[in-house]
Amino acid sequence: MPDDVSPRAATIQVQNLTKVYGYTEALRDVSFDVGKGEVLGFLGPNGAGKTTTMRILTGFMPPSSGTARVAGYDVFYDSIEVRKRIGYLPETVPLYTEMSVWDYLDFAARLRGVAQRDQAIERAMEMTNIGDKADTLIGKLSKGYRQRVGIAQAVVHNPEVLILDEPTIGLDPKQIIEIRNLIKSLAGDHTVILSTHILPEVSQICSRVLIINEGKIVAEDTPARLAARVRGAEHVYLQVAKPAPEIPAEIEKVQGVLGVQAKDAAAGVYEIETTPNTDRRADIAALAVQRGWGLLELRPVSLSLEEVFLKLTTTEEEAA
Amino acid sequence: MTNVWTITWRELKAYFVSPLAYILSAAFLALSGVFFAFDITYGRQASMQNSLVTVIFIFLILAPALTMRLLAEEQRMGTLELLLTSPLHDWQVVVGKFLGSFILFAVMLVAPMLYYVLILTVFGPPDYGPLATGYLGLLLLGASFLSIGVFASSLTQNQVIAFFVGEVVAIIMWVADAFGGLLGSGAAADALNYLVITRHYRDLMRGVVDTTDVVYALSVIAVSLFLATQVLQTRRWR
Repeated sequence: MPDDVSPRAATIQVQNLTKVYGYTEALRDVSFDVGKGEVLGFLGPNGAGKTTTMRILTGFMPPSSGTARVAGYDVFYDSIEVRKRIGYLPETVPLYTEMSVWDYLDFAARLRGVAQRDQAIERAMEMTNIGDKADTLIGKLSKGYRQRVGIAQAVVHNPEVLILDEPTIGLDPKQIIEIRNLIKSLAGDHTVILSTHILPEVSQICSRVLIINEGKIVAEDTPARLAARVRGAEHVYLQVAKPAPEIPAEIEKVQGVLGVQAKDAAAGVYEIETTPNTDRRADIAALAVQRGWGLLELRPVSLSLEEVFLKLTTTEEEAA
Repeated sequence: MTNVWTITWRELKAYFVSPLAYILSAAFLALSGVFFAFDITYGRQASMQNSLVTVIFIFLILAPALTMRLLAEEQRMGTLELLLTSPLHDWQVVVGKFLGSFILFAVMLVAPMLYYVLILTVFGPPDYGPLATGYLGLLLLGASFLSIGVFASSLTQNQVIAFFVGEVVAIIMWVADAFGGLLGSGAAADALNYLVITRHYRDLMRGVVDTTDVVYALSVIAVSLFLATQVLQTRRWR
């Protein structure tokens, strides 16, 4: 029964979710909300708990403790109602290799009780760009096509919520772009949760990122803000034609500069750290010109999501 | 019921795209044909009492081959995740699969055997009563073996293991009265004697439809499918 609806009316509400397998804690006290029409990205190393979270949300397995609600229905007590509203692409694409694409999608549509199946199947095949393979046996399809059949299966009943476990794995670059565009086009009407290893993917299609490591959420924000938050300080890349030993000390005297590191002293490359939310490049450029170092390059360094990810999921010992 | 039928229909189609259904059907009809011929030649009776007992035994050997794939393959291929996250109950998956194998059994194996009845008429008018109840018994006991096979298939991802588990359980039920004999008398012996499959079949062969025999078959089916559903549910907890 849909009670306890929060004022934001989040489509997915997860509270204190814990999952224990034997002696291992796959998920520890995970809580998050996903608003209607949002695309949430799950990021994390293998075994971090991404698949476990998705399996709990889809009703495949119950949590050890905690609650999860999808569209106001509890995933454990109203599992069938939740499942009606979810399209799910598991990590292992659940395909019957002896069936044709059309028959398979027809089976998936029947399972979900779709009323006008032919139209629904045609729409799903068009969305995933597999229209030319309707009569092909799934066993004869390439990995990329199989992946798209898996996605077609997840959207055939036009579900409120889509849960995609690594949707672009095994696709070629062109197909990846197609699938990303598809997911972007689904946002708004549908609420999407996807997990991925490919970090640029998250910054391209997700409105929000959740980084999970060892069963815990270690960060939750928009991709851009997450990068900024981890960075903590602004970094500037400087290259000069005439490197000199006194250069770092000289630059450190500039107001707002926190530290200078010689990245490649012989080539005259330095990385300068400055206070957050300030741009000291003009001052540094003036200094370089004034001292006649021969300014070659000066640009801000942005931390890629890869670095954010590694910073958040790698401990000091592992990094060493 | 629509959900059950969706599963059943997919299962039937899957049987016919693999050679298994054809091979099993051919093996079954060939073996039962041979024994029927012996029976007619040596028995010189326009009846099928003995043949049907043999047929049941052949089917006991073949049934697990028909059911071994049903749930084991879903688990191995990961397609079980599709079924268990679709809006249908676990029991609907199990019953749907069972019905798929049962319909195949009834259509491919039992229906062609009606041909033997035609042959019998050559020798003289057979007694149709025992024949009808004999076939009813065949369907009921066949369904029992199949349900045991479905349960065996729920236990593992490996079809070969599913086959042997189904086989062993069915054979034990075939000879349960021997264990009962070892115990002499008492409640345990009575229980084992009740379990034995052939015992319930004898009356049906004679043309007597005893409700206990029908209840026996239906309860074997119900218990097996219930257990298979429970096993599927425990998969969720692992």
